[in-house]
Amino acid sequence: MSLESYEGADAVDVERLVKRYRGAPDNAVDSISFRVGVGEVFALLGPNGAGKTTTISILTTTLAPTSGSVRIVGVDARRDPAAVRRQIGIIFQNPSLDMNLSGEENIRLHAILYGLYPYRPTYRMMPGDYRHHISQIAAMLGMESDLFRPVRKLSGGMRRKLEIIRGLMHRPRVLFLDEPTTGLDAASRRSLWAYLAEVRQRHETTIVLTTHYLEEAEAADRILILNHGQVAAQETPDQVRAQLGGEALEIDADDRAVLRRELVRLNLRFDENGRFLIYLDGRSAYELVRLLTTPLTVMRTRQASLEDVYLRILASE
Amino acid sequence: MNESSAIAAIATRDFFKFLRDRSRLILSVLVPFLLLVLLGSTVQANLGHASGFNFIGFTFTGVLGLTIFQSSVQGIASLLDDRQNDFAREIFVAPVSRYSIVFGKILGETMVAIAQTIPLVALALVLRVAISPEQLVLMVPVALVSCLLGGSFGLVAMSLINSQQAANQVFNFLLLPQLFLAGVFTPIRVMPWYLEILSRLSPLRYVVDLFRDVLYAGRPEYRKVVLLDPVTNLATIALMFTVFMLAGTAMFVRRETNR
Repeated sequence: MSLESYEGADAVDVERLVKRYRGAPDNAVDSISFRVGVGEVFALLGPNGAGKTTTISILTTTLAPTSGSVRIVGVDARRDPAAVRRQIGIIFQNPSLDMNLSGEENIRLHAILYGLYPYRPTYRMMPGDYRHHISQIAAMLGMESDLFRPVRKLSGGMRRKLEIIRGLMHRPRVLFLDEPTTGLDAASRRSLWAYLAEVRQRHETTIVLTTHYLEEAEAADRILILNHGQVAAQETPDQVRAQLGGEALEIDADDRAVLRRELVRLNLRFDENGRFLIYLDGRSAYELVRLLTTPLTVMRTRQASLEDVYLRILASE
Repeated sequence: MNESSAIAAIATRDFFKFLRDRSRLILSVLVPFLLLVLLGSTVQANLGHASGFNFIGFTFTGVLGLTIFQSSVQGIASLLDDRQNDFAREIFVAPVSRYSIVFGKILGETMVAIAQTIPLVALALVLRVAISPEQLVLMVPVALVSCLLGGSFGLVAMSLINSQQAANQVFNFLLLPQLFLAGVFTPIRVMPWYLEILSRLSPLRYVVDLFRDVLYAGRPEYRKVVLLDPVTNLATIALMFTVFMLAGTAMFVRRETNR
Protein backbone atom coordinates (compact mmCIF):
# COMPACT_ATOMS: atom_id res chain seq x y z
CA MET A 1 0.00 0.00 0.00
CA SER A 2 1.27 3.41 -0.90
CA LEU A 3 1.95 5.76 1.99
CA GLU A 4 0.39 8.59 0.08
CA SER A 5 -3.01 7.16 -0.60
CA TYR A 6 -5.60 5.18 1.22
CA GLU A 7 -6.72 1.84 -0.10
CA GLY A 8 -10.46 1.73 -0.49
CA ALA A 9 -10.79 5.49 -0.70
CA ASP A 10 -12.86 7.03 -3.47
CA ALA A 11 -10.87 8.29 -6.42
CA VAL A 12 -12.35 11.74 -5.88
CA ASP A 13 -14.22 13.01 -2.86
CA VAL A 14 -15.47 16.60 -2.94
CA GLU A 15 -17.32 18.10 0.03
CA ARG A 16 -19.08 21.49 -0.10
CA LEU A 17 -16.53 23.00 -2.44
CA VAL A 18 -16.72 26.77 -2.90
CA LYS A 19 -14.63 29.03 -5.12
CA ARG A 20 -15.06 32.74 -5.41
CA TYR A 21 -12.50 34.51 -7.61
CA ARG A 22 -10.91 37.60 -6.20
CA GLY A 23 -13.18 40.58 -6.77
CA ALA A 24 -16.04 38.50 -8.20
CA PRO A 25 -19.53 39.16 -6.85
CA ASP A 26 -20.66 35.51 -7.05
CA ASN A 27 -19.23 32.10 -6.37
CA ALA A 28 -17.89 30.42 -9.50
CA VAL A 29 -18.37 27.10 -7.74
CA ASP A 30 -21.09 27.21 -5.12
CA SER A 31 -20.93 24.46 -2.51
CA ILE A 32 -20.82 21.36 -4.66
CA SER A 33 -20.28 17.83 -3.35
CA PHE A 34 -19.67 14.62 -5.26
CA ARG A 35 -17.73 11.38 -5.23
CA VAL A 36 -16.13 9.36 -7.98
CA GLY A 37 -15.41 5.67 -7.40
CA VAL A 38 -12.19 3.96 -8.49
CA GLY A 39 -12.28 3.01 -12.18
CA GLU A 40 -15.36 5.10 -12.96
CA VAL A 41 -15.81 7.44 -15.90
CA PHE A 42 -17.34 10.58 -14.49
CA ALA A 43 -18.53 13.49 -16.62
CA LEU A 44 -18.96 17.07 -15.48
CA LEU A 45 -21.47 18.61 -17.79
CA GLY A 46 -22.65 22.18 -18.11
CA PRO A 47 -22.74 25.27 -20.28
CA ASN A 48 -19.79 27.66 -20.52
CA GLY A 49 -19.19 29.44 -17.24
CA ALA A 50 -20.94 26.77 -15.19
CA GLY A 51 -17.79 26.17 -13.13
CA LYS A 52 -16.44 23.02 -14.79
CA THR A 53 -12.92 24.25 -15.44
CA THR A 54 -12.75 25.94 -12.05
CA THR A 55 -13.68 22.64 -10.41
CA ILE A 56 -11.08 20.69 -12.39
CA SER A 57 -8.42 23.30 -11.59
CA ILE A 58 -9.08 22.92 -7.87
CA LEU A 59 -9.12 19.13 -8.10
CA THR A 60 -5.75 19.20 -9.83
CA THR A 61 -4.24 21.62 -7.24
CA THR A 62 -3.56 24.49 -9.64
CA LEU A 63 -6.18 26.68 -8.02
CA ALA A 64 -6.84 27.17 -4.31
CA PRO A 65 -10.47 26.71 -3.18
CA THR A 66 -12.23 29.34 -1.07
CA SER A 67 -13.64 26.64 1.22
CA GLY A 68 -14.63 22.99 1.30
CA SER A 69 -12.57 19.83 1.06
CA VAL A 70 -11.12 17.87 -1.84
CA ARG A 71 -9.60 14.41 -1.51
CA ILE A 72 -7.99 12.58 -4.39
CA VAL A 73 -7.45 8.85 -3.73
CA GLY A 74 -7.79 9.73 -0.07
CA VAL A 75 -5.17 12.50 -0.06
CA ASP A 76 -6.20 16.00 1.01
CA ALA A 77 -5.51 18.25 -1.98
CA ARG A 78 -5.03 21.28 0.20
CA ARG A 79 -2.75 19.77 2.77
CA ASP A 80 -0.58 17.70 0.45
CA PRO A 81 -0.86 18.95 -3.13
CA ALA A 82 2.47 17.35 -4.12
CA ALA A 83 1.20 13.87 -3.19
CA VAL A 84 -2.00 14.50 -5.17
CA ARG A 85 0.01 15.61 -8.20
CA ARG A 86 1.88 12.31 -8.22
CA GLN A 87 -1.41 10.41 -8.48
CA ILE A 88 -3.08 12.37 -11.24
CA GLY A 89 -2.73 13.11 -14.92
CA ILE A 90 -4.26 16.12 -16.60
CA ILE A 91 -5.23 16.99 -20.13
CA PHE A 92 -6.00 20.69 -20.26
CA GLN A 93 -8.69 22.40 -22.26
CA ASN A 94 -6.10 24.39 -24.22
CA PRO A 95 -3.07 22.65 -25.66
CA SER A 96 -0.25 22.67 -23.14
CA LEU A 97 2.55 21.38 -25.33
CA ASP A 98 5.64 23.47 -25.87
CA MET A 99 5.26 24.34 -29.54
CA ASN A 100 8.97 25.03 -30.01
CA LEU A 101 10.01 21.59 -28.88
CA SER A 102 9.53 18.29 -30.66
CA GLY A 103 6.95 15.75 -29.51
CA GLU A 104 9.69 13.57 -28.08
CA GLU A 105 11.19 16.53 -26.18
CA ASN A 106 7.80 17.34 -24.70
CA ILE A 107 7.40 13.76 -23.58
CA ARG A 108 10.93 13.64 -22.21
CA LEU A 109 10.40 16.78 -20.14
CA HIS A 110 7.25 15.28 -18.68
CA ALA A 111 8.93 11.96 -17.91
CA ILE A 112 11.77 13.72 -16.11
CA LEU A 113 9.48 16.06 -14.17
CA TYR A 114 7.57 13.02 -12.90
CA GLY A 115 10.78 11.28 -11.90
CA LEU A 116 10.38 8.39 -14.35
CA TYR A 117 13.86 8.85 -15.80
CA PRO A 118 16.94 10.83 -14.77
CA TYR A 119 17.83 13.94 -16.75
CA ARG A 120 19.91 13.55 -19.92
CA PRO A 121 20.43 16.42 -22.36
CA THR A 122 19.69 14.49 -25.55
CA TYR A 123 17.44 11.70 -26.75
CA ARG A 124 20.39 9.48 -27.62
CA MET A 125 21.71 9.71 -24.07
CA MET A 126 18.41 8.64 -22.51
CA PRO A 127 18.21 5.06 -21.14
CA GLY A 128 17.30 2.25 -23.53
CA ASP A 129 13.90 1.55 -22.00
CA TYR A 130 12.93 5.19 -22.47
CA ARG A 131 13.79 4.99 -26.16
CA HIS A 132 11.88 1.73 -26.40
CA HIS A 133 8.87 3.43 -24.79
CA ILE A 134 9.12 6.27 -27.33
CA SER A 135 9.17 3.90 -30.26
CA GLN A 136 6.04 2.22 -28.87
CA ILE A 137 4.32 5.58 -28.57
CA ALA A 138 5.35 6.54 -32.08
CA ALA A 139 4.00 3.26 -33.47
CA MET A 140 0.74 3.67 -31.58
CA LEU A 141 0.29 7.19 -32.95
CA GLY A 142 1.51 6.19 -36.39
CA MET A 143 4.00 9.06 -36.38
CA GLU A 144 7.46 7.46 -36.41
CA SER A 145 9.49 10.42 -37.67
CA ASP A 146 6.97 13.15 -36.85
CA LEU A 147 7.62 12.62 -33.18
CA PHE A 148 10.97 14.33 -33.67
CA ARG A 149 9.56 17.33 -35.51
CA PRO A 150 8.46 20.52 -33.73
CA VAL A 151 4.98 20.09 -32.29
CA ARG A 152 3.97 23.27 -34.10
CA LYS A 153 3.98 21.30 -37.35
CA LEU A 154 1.63 18.53 -36.18
CA SER A 155 -2.13 18.44 -36.74
CA GLY A 156 -4.56 19.29 -33.94
CA GLY A 157 -5.61 15.67 -33.55
CA MET A 158 -2.01 14.48 -33.32
CA ARG A 159 -1.21 17.09 -30.69
CA ARG A 160 -4.19 16.09 -28.61
CA LYS A 161 -3.21 12.44 -28.70
CA LEU A 162 0.34 13.32 -27.86
CA GLU A 163 -0.88 15.25 -24.82
CA ILE A 164 -2.99 12.37 -23.68
CA ILE A 165 -0.17 9.88 -24.04
CA ARG A 166 2.07 12.27 -22.16
CA GLY A 167 -0.54 12.66 -19.44
CA LEU A 168 -0.71 8.87 -19.01
CA MET A 169 3.03 8.21 -18.99
CA HIS A 170 3.38 8.19 -15.23
CA ARG A 171 0.38 5.83 -14.84
CA PRO A 172 -1.88 8.25 -12.97
CA ARG A 173 -4.67 6.73 -10.90
CA VAL A 174 -7.03 9.52 -11.83
CA LEU A 175 -6.98 11.14 -15.25
CA PHE A 176 -8.62 14.56 -15.58
CA LEU A 177 -9.67 15.70 -19.02
CA ASP A 178 -10.94 19.23 -19.49
CA GLU A 179 -12.99 19.33 -22.70
CA PRO A 180 -10.64 16.81 -24.27
CA THR A 181 -12.22 16.62 -27.70
CA THR A 182 -12.81 20.33 -28.33
CA GLY A 183 -11.54 21.17 -31.80
CA LEU A 184 -11.18 17.56 -32.94
CA ASP A 185 -12.97 16.09 -35.93
CA ALA A 186 -15.35 13.17 -35.46
CA ALA A 187 -12.80 10.53 -36.48
CA SER A 188 -10.17 11.82 -34.04
CA ARG A 189 -12.79 12.00 -31.30
CA ARG A 190 -13.75 8.38 -31.85
CA SER A 191 -10.21 7.07 -31.87
CA LEU A 192 -9.43 9.09 -28.77
CA TRP A 193 -12.33 7.52 -26.92
CA ALA A 194 -11.32 4.06 -28.05
CA TYR A 195 -7.86 4.68 -26.67
CA LEU A 196 -9.22 5.98 -23.36
CA ALA A 197 -11.50 2.97 -23.00
CA GLU A 198 -8.51 0.70 -23.48
CA VAL A 199 -6.42 2.58 -20.90
CA ARG A 200 -9.23 2.45 -18.42
CA GLN A 201 -9.67 -1.26 -18.84
CA ARG A 202 -5.99 -2.07 -18.64
CA HIS A 203 -5.01 0.10 -15.66
CA GLU A 204 -8.31 0.72 -13.85
CA THR A 205 -7.69 4.41 -14.37
CA THR A 206 -10.45 6.65 -13.08
CA ILE A 207 -11.46 9.24 -15.64
CA VAL A 208 -13.00 12.60 -14.75
CA LEU A 209 -13.89 14.73 -17.73
CA THR A 210 -15.70 17.93 -18.51
CA THR A 211 -17.56 18.19 -21.75
CA HIS A 212 -20.42 19.84 -23.50
CA TYR A 213 -20.79 17.02 -25.99
CA LEU A 214 -23.75 15.08 -24.69
CA GLU A 215 -22.81 11.92 -26.53
CA GLU A 216 -19.60 11.83 -24.51
CA ALA A 217 -21.52 12.22 -21.29
CA GLU A 218 -23.82 9.35 -22.34
CA ALA A 219 -20.76 7.09 -22.31
CA ALA A 220 -19.92 8.03 -18.70
CA ASP A 221 -20.84 5.83 -15.75
CA ARG A 222 -22.14 8.84 -13.91
CA ILE A 223 -22.70 12.46 -14.78
CA LEU A 224 -22.98 15.66 -12.83
CA ILE A 225 -24.67 18.63 -14.43
CA LEU A 226 -23.39 21.97 -13.22
CA ASN A 227 -25.21 25.22 -13.74
CA HIS A 228 -24.23 28.58 -12.23
CA GLY A 229 -21.68 26.79 -10.06
CA GLN A 230 -24.27 24.51 -8.49
CA VAL A 231 -25.17 20.86 -8.95
CA ALA A 232 -28.28 20.70 -11.14
CA ALA A 233 -28.37 16.91 -11.40
CA GLN A 234 -26.14 14.01 -10.47
CA GLU A 235 -26.60 10.30 -11.24
CA THR A 236 -26.12 7.80 -14.03
CA PRO A 237 -27.20 9.08 -17.43
CA ASP A 238 -30.24 6.76 -17.26
CA GLN A 239 -31.23 7.95 -13.81
CA VAL A 240 -30.92 11.59 -14.75
CA ARG A 241 -33.08 10.92 -17.77
CA ALA A 242 -35.65 9.08 -15.72
CA GLN A 243 -35.72 11.58 -12.89
CA LEU A 244 -35.86 14.69 -14.93
CA GLY A 245 -36.90 13.63 -18.35
CA GLY A 246 -39.01 10.53 -18.39
CA GLU A 247 -41.44 10.06 -21.22
CA ALA A 248 -42.22 12.95 -23.46
CA LEU A 249 -44.74 13.69 -26.16
CA GLU A 250 -43.29 14.99 -29.36
CA ILE A 251 -45.65 16.90 -31.64
CA ASP A 252 -45.48 19.22 -34.61
CA ALA A 253 -47.92 21.13 -36.79
CA ASP A 254 -47.84 22.83 -40.17
CA ASP A 255 -48.74 26.06 -38.45
CA ARG A 256 -46.26 26.14 -35.59
CA ALA A 257 -47.25 29.63 -34.45
CA VAL A 258 -50.81 28.49 -33.81
CA LEU A 259 -49.67 25.37 -31.98
CA ARG A 260 -47.28 27.43 -29.88
CA ARG A 261 -50.05 29.86 -28.92
CA GLU A 262 -52.32 27.01 -28.01
CA LEU A 263 -49.69 25.33 -25.80
CA VAL A 264 -49.05 28.62 -24.01
CA ARG A 265 -52.79 29.20 -23.55
CA LEU A 266 -53.21 25.70 -22.09
CA ASN A 267 -50.33 26.44 -19.73
CA LEU A 268 -48.43 23.32 -20.87
CA ARG A 269 -44.65 23.53 -20.36
CA PHE A 270 -42.75 22.55 -23.49
CA ASP A 271 -39.31 22.65 -25.05
CA GLU A 272 -39.02 23.72 -28.63
CA ASN A 273 -36.14 22.10 -30.39
CA GLY A 274 -37.28 21.85 -34.01
CA ARG A 275 -40.43 20.06 -32.84
CA PHE A 276 -42.36 20.56 -29.63
CA LEU A 277 -41.52 18.35 -26.67
CA ILE A 278 -43.93 18.10 -23.73
CA TYR A 279 -42.87 16.07 -20.69
CA LEU A 280 -45.68 13.79 -19.58
CA ASP A 281 -44.78 13.95 -15.88
CA GLY A 282 -47.29 11.17 -15.07
CA ARG A 283 -50.03 12.27 -17.45
CA SER A 284 -51.00 10.11 -20.41
CA ALA A 285 -50.26 11.19 -23.96
CA TYR A 286 -53.94 10.78 -24.87
CA GLU A 287 -54.94 13.21 -22.13
CA LEU A 288 -52.67 15.87 -23.56
CA VAL A 289 -53.52 15.35 -27.20
CA ARG A 290 -57.25 15.61 -26.45
CA LEU A 291 -56.70 19.17 -25.23
CA LEU A 292 -55.32 20.28 -28.58
CA THR A 293 -57.36 21.55 -31.51
CA THR A 294 -54.49 22.50 -33.86
CA PRO A 295 -54.11 19.86 -36.61
CA LEU A 296 -50.91 17.90 -35.82
CA THR A 297 -48.52 16.55 -38.43
CA VAL A 298 -46.34 14.59 -35.98
CA MET A 299 -47.43 12.89 -32.79
CA ARG A 300 -45.42 10.30 -30.91
CA THR A 301 -44.09 9.58 -27.46
CA ARG A 302 -40.45 8.88 -26.76
CA GLN A 303 -37.96 8.53 -23.92
CA ALA A 304 -36.28 11.90 -23.32
CA SER A 305 -32.65 11.94 -24.43
CA LEU A 306 -29.96 13.33 -22.19
CA GLU A 307 -29.86 16.33 -24.43
CA ASP A 308 -33.58 17.01 -23.82
CA VAL A 309 -32.98 16.77 -20.10
CA TYR A 310 -29.94 18.96 -20.26
CA LEU A 311 -31.80 21.68 -22.16
CA ARG A 312 -34.70 21.40 -19.77
CA ILE A 313 -32.46 21.86 -16.74
CA LEU A 314 -30.70 24.82 -18.24
CA ALA A 315 -33.99 26.43 -19.24
CA SER A 316 -35.52 26.02 -15.80
CA GLU A 317 -32.70 27.74 -13.94
CA MET B 1 17.47 13.23 -7.37
CA ASN B 2 14.19 14.05 -9.01
CA GLU B 3 14.38 17.73 -8.07
CA SER B 4 17.83 18.19 -9.59
CA SER B 5 16.77 16.32 -12.73
CA ALA B 6 13.71 18.54 -12.95
CA ILE B 7 15.80 21.68 -12.55
CA ALA B 8 18.15 20.51 -15.30
CA ALA B 9 15.26 19.63 -17.61
CA ILE B 10 13.55 22.99 -17.15
CA ALA B 11 16.83 24.87 -17.56
CA THR B 12 17.98 23.14 -20.74
CA ARG B 13 14.54 23.56 -22.31
CA ASP B 14 15.05 27.33 -22.29
CA PHE B 15 18.58 27.02 -23.63
CA PHE B 16 17.54 24.81 -26.57
CA LYS B 17 14.72 27.19 -27.35
CA PHE B 18 17.20 30.04 -27.56
CA LEU B 19 19.50 28.10 -29.90
CA ARG B 20 16.55 27.49 -32.23
CA ASP B 21 15.35 31.10 -32.24
CA ARG B 22 17.13 32.61 -35.23
CA SER B 23 16.01 36.21 -34.65
CA ARG B 24 17.25 36.16 -31.06
CA LEU B 25 20.58 34.75 -32.21
CA ILE B 26 21.00 37.49 -34.80
CA LEU B 27 20.09 40.19 -32.27
CA SER B 28 22.64 38.88 -29.82
CA VAL B 29 25.35 39.59 -32.41
CA LEU B 30 23.91 42.83 -33.74
CA VAL B 31 23.24 44.68 -30.47
CA PRO B 32 26.78 44.41 -29.06
CA PHE B 33 28.09 45.53 -32.44
CA LEU B 34 25.92 48.65 -32.35
CA LEU B 35 26.74 49.54 -28.79
CA LEU B 36 30.43 48.76 -28.83
CA VAL B 37 31.43 49.91 -32.30
CA LEU B 38 29.02 52.76 -32.89
CA LEU B 39 28.59 54.09 -29.38
CA GLY B 40 31.82 53.08 -27.65
CA SER B 41 34.13 54.09 -30.49
CA THR B 42 32.42 57.44 -31.02
CA VAL B 43 32.54 58.41 -27.38
CA GLN B 44 36.14 57.25 -27.17
CA ALA B 45 37.14 59.37 -30.18
CA ASN B 46 35.51 62.49 -28.75
CA LEU B 47 35.85 62.21 -24.97
CA GLY B 48 38.36 59.43 -24.35
CA HIS B 49 41.36 61.68 -24.14
CA ALA B 50 39.76 64.18 -21.75
CA SER B 51 38.44 61.51 -19.35
CA GLY B 52 41.72 59.70 -18.97
CA PHE B 53 40.37 56.19 -19.59
CA ASN B 54 39.34 54.08 -22.59
CA PHE B 55 35.63 54.30 -23.33
CA ILE B 56 35.53 51.15 -25.39
CA GLY B 57 36.56 49.12 -22.36
CA PHE B 58 34.15 51.10 -20.23
CA THR B 59 31.25 50.53 -22.62
CA PHE B 60 32.23 46.87 -23.00
CA THR B 61 31.88 46.17 -19.27
CA GLY B 62 28.69 48.20 -19.13
CA VAL B 63 27.11 46.37 -22.07
CA LEU B 64 28.34 43.03 -20.73
CA GLY B 65 26.60 43.63 -17.41
CA LEU B 66 23.52 44.97 -19.16
CA THR B 67 23.24 42.07 -21.63
CA ILE B 68 23.44 39.48 -18.90
CA PHE B 69 21.13 41.27 -16.51
CA GLN B 70 18.53 42.16 -19.13
CA SER B 71 18.60 38.76 -20.75
CA SER B 72 17.90 37.00 -17.47
CA VAL B 73 15.22 39.50 -16.47
CA GLN B 74 13.40 39.03 -19.75
CA GLY B 75 13.93 35.31 -19.75
CA ILE B 76 11.93 35.12 -16.58
CA ALA B 77 9.19 37.07 -18.29
CA SER B 78 8.83 34.07 -20.59
CA LEU B 79 7.15 32.38 -17.62
CA LEU B 80 4.25 34.64 -18.55
CA ASP B 81 4.48 33.47 -22.14
CA ASP B 82 4.33 29.91 -20.89
CA ARG B 83 1.32 30.70 -18.82
CA GLN B 84 -0.48 32.18 -21.77
CA ASN B 85 0.26 29.08 -23.82
CA ASP B 86 -0.95 26.93 -20.95
CA PHE B 87 2.42 25.27 -20.91
CA ALA B 88 3.12 26.60 -17.41
CA ARG B 89 0.22 24.53 -16.11
CA GLU B 90 1.86 21.35 -17.34
CA ILE B 91 4.91 22.26 -15.28
CA PHE B 92 2.91 23.46 -12.30
CA VAL B 93 0.91 20.26 -11.94
CA ALA B 94 4.08 18.16 -11.99
CA PRO B 95 5.15 16.80 -8.60
CA VAL B 96 8.11 19.19 -8.41
CA SER B 97 8.76 21.90 -5.84
CA ARG B 98 7.85 25.46 -6.87
CA TYR B 99 11.33 26.58 -5.90
CA SER B 100 12.85 24.01 -8.27
CA ILE B 101 10.69 25.30 -11.11
CA VAL B 102 11.67 28.92 -10.53
CA PHE B 103 15.30 28.04 -9.94
CA GLY B 104 15.42 25.87 -13.10
CA LYS B 105 13.96 28.73 -15.06
CA ILE B 106 16.56 31.17 -13.72
CA LEU B 107 19.35 28.69 -14.42
CA GLY B 108 18.16 28.22 -18.01
CA GLU B 109 18.05 31.94 -18.60
CA THR B 110 21.53 32.17 -17.09
CA MET B 111 22.84 29.81 -19.76
CA VAL B 112 21.08 31.83 -22.43
CA ALA B 113 22.48 35.09 -21.08
CA ILE B 114 26.02 33.77 -20.96
CA ALA B 115 25.74 32.40 -24.48
CA GLN B 116 24.61 35.84 -25.61
CA THR B 117 27.78 37.46 -24.29
CA ILE B 118 30.08 35.32 -26.43
CA PRO B 119 29.79 37.56 -29.54
CA LEU B 120 30.22 40.60 -27.31
CA VAL B 121 33.45 39.34 -25.77
CA ALA B 122 34.76 38.30 -29.18
CA LEU B 123 34.05 41.76 -30.53
CA ALA B 124 35.78 43.40 -27.53
CA LEU B 125 38.89 41.32 -28.24
CA VAL B 126 38.80 42.40 -31.88
CA LEU B 127 38.54 46.03 -30.75
CA ARG B 128 41.62 45.42 -28.58
CA VAL B 129 40.05 45.84 -25.20
CA ALA B 130 42.81 44.57 -22.92
CA ILE B 131 41.41 41.40 -21.34
CA SER B 132 43.86 38.90 -19.91
CA PRO B 133 43.00 35.19 -19.88
CA GLU B 134 42.74 35.35 -16.05
CA GLN B 135 40.23 38.18 -16.31
CA LEU B 136 38.22 36.26 -18.85
CA VAL B 137 38.04 33.29 -16.49
CA LEU B 138 37.11 35.53 -13.56
CA MET B 139 34.27 37.03 -15.57
CA VAL B 140 32.49 33.69 -15.69
CA PRO B 141 31.55 33.58 -11.99
CA VAL B 142 30.73 37.30 -12.15
CA ALA B 143 28.38 36.56 -15.04
CA LEU B 144 26.75 33.74 -13.08
CA VAL B 145 26.19 35.97 -10.08
CA SER B 146 24.75 38.70 -12.33
CA CYS B 147 22.31 36.26 -13.94
CA LEU B 148 21.04 35.06 -10.62
CA LEU B 149 20.43 38.63 -9.55
CA GLY B 150 18.73 39.47 -12.86
CA GLY B 151 16.55 36.38 -12.67
CA SER B 152 15.41 37.07 -9.14
CA PHE B 153 14.78 40.73 -10.01
CA GLY B 154 12.70 39.64 -13.00
CA LEU B 155 10.71 37.30 -10.80
CA VAL B 156 9.69 40.10 -8.45
CA ALA B 157 8.84 42.39 -11.35
CA MET B 158 6.82 39.66 -13.04
CA SER B 159 4.82 38.82 -9.95
CA LEU B 160 3.48 42.37 -10.04
CA ILE B 161 2.10 42.19 -13.56
CA ASN B 162 -0.51 40.26 -15.44
CA SER B 163 0.08 39.80 -19.11
CA GLN B 164 3.02 39.57 -21.47
CA GLN B 165 2.02 42.89 -22.97
CA ALA B 166 2.08 44.71 -19.65
CA ALA B 167 5.29 42.85 -18.88
CA ASN B 168 7.19 44.41 -21.76
CA GLN B 169 6.10 47.87 -20.73
CA VAL B 170 6.89 47.35 -17.09
CA PHE B 171 10.25 45.81 -17.86
CA ASN B 172 11.16 48.75 -20.08
CA PHE B 173 10.11 51.08 -17.32
CA LEU B 174 12.29 49.20 -14.85
CA LEU B 175 15.28 48.71 -17.15
CA LEU B 176 15.58 51.93 -19.12
CA PRO B 177 16.35 54.26 -16.17
CA GLN B 178 18.87 51.73 -14.92
CA LEU B 179 20.88 52.13 -18.13
CA PHE B 180 21.77 55.61 -16.92
CA LEU B 181 21.53 55.17 -13.16
CA ALA B 182 23.83 52.15 -13.22
CA GLY B 183 26.45 53.82 -15.41
CA VAL B 184 26.28 51.43 -18.33
CA PHE B 185 27.44 53.91 -20.99
CA THR B 186 28.34 56.97 -18.95
CA PRO B 187 30.37 57.46 -15.77
CA ILE B 188 28.29 58.11 -12.63
CA ARG B 189 30.97 58.97 -10.11
CA VAL B 190 29.33 62.33 -9.55
CA MET B 191 25.54 62.59 -9.42
CA PRO B 192 22.92 64.85 -7.80
CA TRP B 193 21.96 63.37 -4.41
CA TYR B 194 18.46 62.28 -5.49
CA LEU B 195 19.81 60.39 -8.49
CA GLU B 196 22.51 58.93 -6.27
CA ILE B 197 19.78 57.39 -4.09
CA LEU B 198 18.02 55.88 -7.10
CA SER B 199 21.33 54.69 -8.49
CA ARG B 200 22.17 52.85 -5.29
CA LEU B 201 18.82 51.05 -5.50
CA SER B 202 19.54 49.86 -9.02
CA PRO B 203 20.65 46.20 -9.02
CA LEU B 204 22.31 46.70 -12.40
CA ARG B 205 24.74 49.19 -10.85
CA TYR B 206 26.39 46.47 -8.75
CA VAL B 207 26.50 44.03 -11.65
CA VAL B 208 28.24 46.48 -13.97
CA ASP B 209 30.58 47.63 -11.23
CA LEU B 210 31.60 44.08 -10.42
CA PHE B 211 32.60 43.53 -14.05
CA ARG B 212 34.65 46.71 -13.88
CA ASP B 213 36.25 45.48 -10.67
CA VAL B 214 37.57 42.55 -12.70
CA LEU B 215 38.56 44.37 -15.90
CA TYR B 216 40.24 47.34 -14.23
CA ALA B 217 41.93 45.52 -11.34
CA GLY B 218 45.50 46.77 -10.93
CA ARG B 219 45.19 49.41 -13.65
CA PRO B 220 45.94 53.10 -13.13
CA GLU B 221 42.41 54.13 -14.19
CA TYR B 222 40.78 51.82 -11.57
CA ARG B 223 39.95 54.74 -9.28
CA LYS B 224 38.41 56.75 -12.08
CA VAL B 225 36.13 53.98 -13.29
CA VAL B 226 35.19 51.66 -10.42
CA LEU B 227 32.74 52.69 -7.70
CA LEU B 228 32.96 49.95 -5.06
CA ASP B 229 35.38 47.17 -4.17
CA PRO B 230 34.39 43.64 -5.28
CA VAL B 231 33.55 42.41 -1.78
CA THR B 232 31.03 45.20 -1.18
CA ASN B 233 29.52 44.65 -4.62
CA LEU B 234 29.23 40.91 -4.05
CA ALA B 235 27.71 41.33 -0.61
CA THR B 236 25.13 43.77 -1.95
CA ILE B 237 24.27 41.43 -4.82
CA ALA B 238 23.91 38.47 -2.43
CA LEU B 239 21.59 40.46 -0.20
CA MET B 240 19.45 41.68 -3.10
CA PHE B 241 19.29 38.17 -4.59
CA THR B 242 18.10 36.62 -1.33
CA VAL B 243 15.39 39.21 -0.82
CA PHE B 244 14.17 39.10 -4.45
CA MET B 245 14.23 35.32 -4.64
CA LEU B 246 12.26 34.69 -1.45
CA ALA B 247 9.76 37.46 -2.04
CA GLY B 248 9.45 36.77 -5.77
CA THR B 249 8.85 33.02 -5.51
CA ALA B 250 6.36 33.44 -2.67
CA MET B 251 4.47 36.10 -4.61
CA PHE B 252 4.54 34.14 -7.82
CA VAL B 253 3.30 30.90 -6.29
CA ARG B 254 0.59 32.67 -4.37
CA ARG B 255 -0.57 34.47 -7.46
CA GLU B 256 -0.66 31.23 -9.43
CA THR B 257 -2.92 29.42 -6.97
CA ASN B 258 -4.96 32.21 -5.35
CA ARG B 259 -6.67 33.67 -8.34
